[in-house]
Amino acid sequence: MPLLSLITYAPLVGVAGILILRAFAKDEARGVEATRWIAFVTTLATLALSVLLVAQFDASNPGFQFVEEAPWFAGLHYRMGVDGISVLFVLLTAFLMPICIAASWKSIETRVHEYMVAFLILETLVIGVFCALDLVVFYIFFEFGLVPMFLIIGIWGGARRVYAAFKFFLYTLLGSVLMLAAILFMIGTSGTSSIPELMQYGFSPEAQTWLWLAFFASFAVKMPMWPVHTWLPDAHVEAPTAGSVFLAGILLKMGGYGFMRFSLPMFPDASHQFTPLIFALSVIAVIYTSLVAFRQTDVKKLIAYSSVAHMGLVTMGIFSGNAEGEQGAIYQMLSHGVISGALFLCVGVIYDRMHTREIKFYGGLVQRMPWYAAVFLLFTMGNVGLPGTSGFVGEILSMTGVYQVSTWTAILAATGVILSAVYMLTLYRSVVFGTIENPKLQTITDLEWREVAIFTPLIIATLWMGVQPNIVFNLTDASVDQLVRVYQAAIGG
Amino acid sequence: MNAETLVTIILFGPLIGAVVAGLFGKRIGDKASMSVTTGFLMLSAVLSWVVFSQWTWGGLQPFTHVYAPFIHVGDFVSNWAFRFDGLSAVMLVVVTTVSSLVHLYSWGYMADDPSKPRFFAYLSLFTFAMLALISAADFMQLFFGWEGVGLASYLLIGFWHHKASANAASIKAFVVNRVGDFGFALGIMTVYWAFGTIEFAKLFPLIAPAVGQGWDFAGGHFSLIDLACALLFVGAMGKSAQFFLHTWLPDAMEGPTPVSALIHAATMVTAGVYMVCLLSPMFEYAPVAKNIVTVIGAVTALFAATVGLTQNDIKRVIAYSTCSQLGYMFFAAGVGAYQAAMFHLFTHAFFKALLFLGAGSVIHGMAHEQDMRRYGALQKYLPITYAVMTIGTIAITGLGIPFIDIGFAGFYSKDAIIHAAYAAGGAGHPMGYFAFFIGILVAGLTAFYSWRVAFFTFNGHARWTSEDLEHHWHNRDHAHDDHAHGAHDDHAHAAAPAHAETHSEPDHGHGHDHKPHESPWTMRIPLLVLSVGAIAAGFVFHHQFIGEHNAEFWKGAIFNAPSEHHGGGHDFPLWVVLAPIVVSVTGLLVAAYMYIWREGLGAKLAANNGILYVFFYNKWFFDELYQATFVRGAKFLGDLFWKGGDQKIIDGLGPDGVSALSVQVGKGAGRLQSGYVYHYAFVMLLGVAGLLTYALWAWNA
Repeated sequence: MPLLSLITYAPLVGVAGILILRAFAKDEARGVEATRWIAFVTTLATLALSVLLVAQFDASNPGFQFVEEAPWFAGLHYRMGVDGISVLFVLLTAFLMPICIAASWKSIETRVHEYMVAFLILETLVIGVFCALDLVVFYIFFEFGLVPMFLIIGIWGGARRVYAAFKFFLYTLLGSVLMLAAILFMIGTSGTSSIPELMQYGFSPEAQTWLWLAFFASFAVKMPMWPVHTWLPDAHVEAPTAGSVFLAGILLKMGGYGFMRFSLPMFPDASHQFTPLIFALSVIAVIYTSLVAFRQTDVKKLIAYSSVAHMGLVTMGIFSGNAEGEQGAIYQMLSHGVISGALFLCVGVIYDRMHTREIKFYGGLVQRMPWYAAVFLLFTMGNVGLPGTSGFVGEILSMTGVYQVSTWTAILAATGVILSAVYMLTLYRSVVFGTIENPKLQTITDLEWREVAIFTPLIIATLWMGVQPNIVFNLTDASVDQLVRVYQAAIGG
Repeated sequence: MNAETLVTIILFGPLIGAVVAGLFGKRIGDKASMSVTTGFLMLSAVLSWVVFSQWTWGGLQPFTHVYAPFIHVGDFVSNWAFRFDGLSAVMLVVVTTVSSLVHLYSWGYMADDPSKPRFFAYLSLFTFAMLALISAADFMQLFFGWEGVGLASYLLIGFWHHKASANAASIKAFVVNRVGDFGFALGIMTVYWAFGTIEFAKLFPLIAPAVGQGWDFAGGHFSLIDLACALLFVGAMGKSAQFFLHTWLPDAMEGPTPVSALIHAATMVTAGVYMVCLLSPMFEYAPVAKNIVTVIGAVTALFAATVGLTQNDIKRVIAYSTCSQLGYMFFAAGVGAYQAAMFHLFTHAFFKALLFLGAGSVIHGMAHEQDMRRYGALQKYLPITYAVMTIGTIAITGLGIPFIDIGFAGFYSKDAIIHAAYAAGGAGHPMGYFAFFIGILVAGLTAFYSWRVAFFTFNGHARWTSEDLEHHWHNRDHAHDDHAHGAHDDHAHAAAPAHAETHSEPDHGHGHDHKPHESPWTMRIPLLVLSVGAIAAGFVFHHQFIGEHNAEFWKGAIFNAPSEHHGGGHDFPLWVVLAPIVVSVTGLLVAAYMYIWREGLGAKLAANNGILYVFFYNKWFFDELYQATFVRGAKFLGDLFWKGGDQKIIDGLGPDGVSALSVQVGKGAGRLQSGYVYHYAFVMLLGVAGLLTYALWAWNA
């Protein structure tokens, strides 16, 4: 059974269902409700298949599993497969998707059919990115993923959505063009587009340098790394809540995944050579964007900047080239997917009620919304990296990994633990604590059951990953070990 | 039941209580929440004493019980575990005893608070985190507990979250502790990098062979163990409010007084001392780090005592006193007298919790007035509080009779520390005599400010009137209404009756006469129990902790390098033996002179605004300094990077620039000029990034 393809294309079944419904449904209101349910059930089914995938995954095998290979057209091949590094990203995507759909239930009122279709297609494309074992297939999924996100921001976004969507598009496209050139060169030189084969190929050092830079352009934008990060705050601010959740939760991880899948194993010499650059940009990302986050007046922008800072720890962890760093980076990506997604949902809760994200507008919410205050606090602490939440494990491991390679990078990056506390606690105090000064907040209501249901899996994931991270490491161990071993051998370390 | 089961119940009982009260508090009601949390704590406390007696008198051996794996990545191995040894046995009784008494005390103290389940849930959560801290078998669980108690501290300082000052104080506490944790985390990484393990049991045997291993770091040559210990000590400085990182502790008094007693006096703030003692196998081989510990401890002891002389808020004086006493513990550890440090930690927990809870009883009786200038002559109205506060004061000032070795708790532990510092100085410890002299000086200051609190509060003339108190009750109800406001709205059915009860509660004397009143029995019992501890803890346990045969008590939990002096059994010159008691009595007499015999002299001196007084009164201007540098600096840089860096430079040249450029080219070169500035700036930014890249490359080359 081609399980990976099944998971990847399962959301398209929902798309077909919605289109059929659209063509035949008479009653618009009931049609919209049915669309929501179709999308939700489809994503739940995808999640079930992903759980099945992880359950059947052989953790002791460091190589690719569930491999599918078939000739495609024009001499190209369709290749899919997952290893310990990618399998959890498939699960993360499938896990966040039903939450995105549920979070859009009430807040999206216009063009619901198109919205749900866009999300389902997005899911297919992103899962495809993590499963692709062929350069061409990867590129197609990777680039087309841009389109639904662009539409989600541009159509269902806020006031400056067109600007934000344009900025998002411009940045990512720039990176993609270079990556496409690199991919064409790689296929031309090696004669294959198979990712496992390319991992063994061994490009010449000069070629590696250029190829590394081309991929770097694309992944750095996606992460995003400083200084190509400014599209992210705008995109987040304008995107609808679920768009932000998906953007922060999944799309940002494609960059980190790319570094681990391509840059390290295929261009190890160049990776080693450029490590100081990555470290420098990561350190700047941590300190600079944390300070910027501290000064934000818009809740979403603050969390967006915080994402950039957290991704700084991921990039430095990846390029540490040791097991602690890689595991920390993977864990940080998974954890950030859950926590930042949850934080954007927290913003969504109050935005749905008050239609503003101005920090100043709020204050004293705990007086009216004690459960909301508790939930928001948990994810605030997760974002701060409090031990016991998933945020801690990734941070401490990636810093530990980096410390062994570059002490100064780790020391500078560790200031992030102070700065994140500063901006997150300041935000939390401004929004939640104090007394209610704004009369408009006098009638604000606490979480409703739908919101509680949305947050519950995220709460469980944050705490469970915080206390039992080993369950994840058991899955990733073998593949990460192999990655590190091959990389260290290649750079003579 | 075997010891593993007992410690497991001790550890998880408070967590269960916290979860029940925290999640279901509103459903099960105040009484049930309070009962379940307090009940579990009492159980933990009783079992802790059972285990502790078995340890002290029954031959129980150290063990480590592993519950589950935490993080296993390569050699980075950490487990959820319970490490039971002499150190954790001592901490078990300290934490659970004080915590259970504070739980009980809070029944009375928080009687009219609308959020009782939340309060008790936080208290129990704190206790769980603290127990996880002391029972850690590796650095990760230690750090978990470390930051867990920080979270609980943050939540409890900001418990009255309608108060802006409480919110500010809670953030300050968290952030300053994070500065410490920054060092702590780097210390853990250094340990892992150097020794390839973070498990104590595996780490400690690796230390001695690594002595002399150096490391080129930041342009200097350092001993690896020194570096690791110094970084870890930064964490201890944050948690234990030592000089430079102390600023959060006085502000933490914004929290309810039971919290101050439990977290910010008896238990959490001693975690730093505990860590240094726990890591004695490392610190013993880190002479430079030990000197740092000694100096920081001694300076803190002196600094906090000088500030404590001048404060008027009763809780702040006791907070600075805590800070100062922690300084004693650190310099004891710094000179290698870990046993004395732990002993002082143990006795201090009793008398400091007693002083805080006593202060809480005064505050409760005085309608939440905390300014001692509005106290006076309270012994008549608060006789029990007066008695226990006097006991606490005798204990902290260390009164006792030197030659026959009889005295209150502080007498044994503080004198042991001062003597150990003297002995260390004699044995060649470079900072030994320095610490010794500061220890003597501070003993005098301690006596003065402690007795000042007692006399200023209980003796002399009343500086309050019934009208004042009435006014306070009135204000307080107003303030109370303010913060209860929201709570009323969202669970009106639960909160409203509770509040109504408050008004009819007789023990306030509210509505009848406005005299200070003694506290209810739930508050008095903890005071009495702690008084017993303050009197007897030193006398009963000094043989075990610091006696000739203390090794039989600690059973290897504390390591002393062979040449070091520690604990009792030395012959000291007469003046060394007598000095602490002499300065202590002097401090008492000066305080009595200023606040009883020549009442009003203190106020007169203060009104002079002498340079030293202003300097002390303003806490050496640390807050102002930090505000001007770190807080304003961060805001300035944040704005600069955001508005300058992101908006003008990066966006200006990136997407906005691209679209604007075509327009500008069409309009002619005129507009383009202004863009040059940003191009220069952009090049500069890239330059900075390039330089940093180069630097990182060069440093590691």
